[in-house]
Amino acid sequence: MSGLSELLLLCVVLTNFWVLGTTRLSSTIRATAIQGGLLAALPIAMHPGWSLHILGLAGGTFLVKAVLLPAFLSWAIREAAVRREIEPLIGFSASLALGAAAVALSFGIAQRIPLAEEATALLIPVALSTVIVGLLVLTTRNKALSQVVGYLVLENGIYVFGLSQAERVPFLVELGVLLDIFVGIFIMGIVVFHINRAFDSLDSTRLSELKD
Amino acid sequence: MILLLLFLVPAGTAAAAYLVRQVPVRLGFLVGTALVHCLLVAGLWLTPAAPALGGWLAVDPLGLLVLSLVSILFLVIAVYTVGFLRTEPPRGGRVFVTGLLAFLAAASLVALSHHLALMWVGMETTTLALAPLVYHRHDRRSLEAVWKYLLLSSVGIALALLGTFFLAAAQTSGHPLLLEDLISGGTNLQPALLRTAFIFLLVGYGTKMGLAPLHAWKPDTYGEAPSLVAGLMAGGLTSCAFLGVARITEVSMAAGQGEFVRPLLIAFGVVSLVVAAAFMIGQSDMKRLLAYSSVEHMGLLVLGLGLGGAGPYGTVLHLVNNALTKGVMFLVVGNVVLVTGSATSVGARGVLRRLPVSGVLLLLGLFAVTGSPPFGLFLSEFTILNAAISEGYPLIALTVVLLLAIIFVGMAAVILEVVYAPAEAPAPVTRESLLLVGGPVLLLLAVLVLGLYVPPTLHRVLVDAARGLGVAAP
Repeated sequence: MSGLSELLLLCVVLTNFWVLGTTRLSSTIRATAIQGGLLAALPIAMHPGWSLHILGLAGGTFLVKAVLLPAFLSWAIREAAVRREIEPLIGFSASLALGAAAVALSFGIAQRIPLAEEATALLIPVALSTVIVGLLVLTTRNKALSQVVGYLVLENGIYVFGLSQAERVPFLVELGVLLDIFVGIFIMGIVVFHINRAFDSLDSTRLSELKD
Repeated sequence: MILLLLFLVPAGTAAAAYLVRQVPVRLGFLVGTALVHCLLVAGLWLTPAAPALGGWLAVDPLGLLVLSLVSILFLVIAVYTVGFLRTEPPRGGRVFVTGLLAFLAAASLVALSHHLALMWVGMETTTLALAPLVYHRHDRRSLEAVWKYLLLSSVGIALALLGTFFLAAAQTSGHPLLLEDLISGGTNLQPALLRTAFIFLLVGYGTKMGLAPLHAWKPDTYGEAPSLVAGLMAGGLTSCAFLGVARITEVSMAAGQGEFVRPLLIAFGVVSLVVAAAFMIGQSDMKRLLAYSSVEHMGLLVLGLGLGGAGPYGTVLHLVNNALTKGVMFLVVGNVVLVTGSATSVGARGVLRRLPVSGVLLLLGLFAVTGSPPFGLFLSEFTILNAAISEGYPLIALTVVLLLAIIFVGMAAVILEVVYAPAEAPAPVTRESLLLVGGPVLLLLAVLVLGLYVPPTLHRVLVDAARGLGVAAP
């Protein structure tokens, strides 16, 4: 593993904290866009062979995660005129602390995962902590849009983990995964838009009519 | 070639249905595709097809079962949709038909793929294809339902992707993530990584199956989606998700991890039954009731897998019966909703008088779905219970019998009221369209026949399908 990819992975962790600590939704979306860009650069840094597979993966990732999805989500908040995540279930400083705990935990777990590849010293803990941060945002934020961002971060974590298997998963499948995630978030965004129109709020806590 | 056609044809007509403007043409695409798909699947039963895409797509007994179930159910639902869209406001037409066809394409991909990452792609696509259909009514309640459905299913399925990558990491030989190589090279898989993969895949695809406690989306989604969509989910989508769980179970069994996976499967099974029983008592909405019934049957499926012995055979038989019965129930409840505007025991009453055919079907369906003889579900539930006793789990057998009894009471209380209780205002008898009752009648007949007699061809496929999932069948 080269120094460049380690640097990129550390930046991924930093963007996680950015997502956790910020109140402005537009800023959260910018963080995911930057994270998407980092993720697109990672395969190139890790596999410096310029193979078509790696270049295609990087290009597809950049297009979907750094350009299209952030642009779409920005459009959604502009249309819905929401600015901030006001009262999350867990406060911002507490969620930052939880994020730090997640990183520590991930390093602990990663040491116990017996992966054959040597290229995993930093990859696995970063992947796991990103997954945990994604789940954290998903479960503790009230705005439907923040939850979409949480889902995106979760998928980013899984993507990083998948990079450890990059040469074993065929390109066609990777494209399929990217396309699914794109369409998934696109549909979620549309739903968010409808939630805003129907409830005059992006608050998913308003969605509480259905229960037993 | 035939394997590629099975998912390329519906994918193509899905796009075409979105582009055409004339409603009859669009519905023609829907029913025509369903027919062609059924014929192609019938061809697979007669002559085995060669694998396609370098072994990524192939037919095996279990995949063939799921594919056939989806295909039959889809044909019935396609015909029903023609009748449904006549009575519902025509808003849905375009997105509705496209979503259904896209689902068929994705479900075929899931059933045929022997590459587990490709299977994931298909599985996520099935989720997305049905999401706009859940939101068909465009009101607040369906909005809430589609949000829960999308978010919980997507997170579940994301975890399944993580599990798939863990499985790739566990593999040391053979083509990555190819089912045949995973099974034949089972003993070479790294146990710790395989176990991690199994947990993530079970939780991920289990969320999509709706195993308790991962079922939170299910009652809301089935309750708010149009009944035919809920029927397609309860019969088709869950069967695909079950296939995901079955695949990783196959791999784990081949790797000698039976001791690890069985208790987990049994635990999920029993918890699902407990939750279903607990929430069915006092429930008054038939669609939510059927959603919990689906949780129950999904629980029975994984329970049978976990028990071993004749359990896996019971499971695959149950898979068939459950898919067909759920089709009957949701479509009939859909008929009730179309006429009375409600699926609750308060709003929908006197169904036997107002809708004689649907009323009788609902009554018979009640016995079928709760596993009473002579319907097929009785036979498969009996096989699973039998396995519990012969494999040395008498306590589980007893618990399951008790829970099934509670579930019967919960179901019967609501459905008997809907069928028999007199309607508040005297309502006329509605003439029922053949489009809306023909399919359910045929499906119910099939469930009845399966309870009395399993045709030898089907029996052979069931035995072969069960073999990989555990020990041989009776």
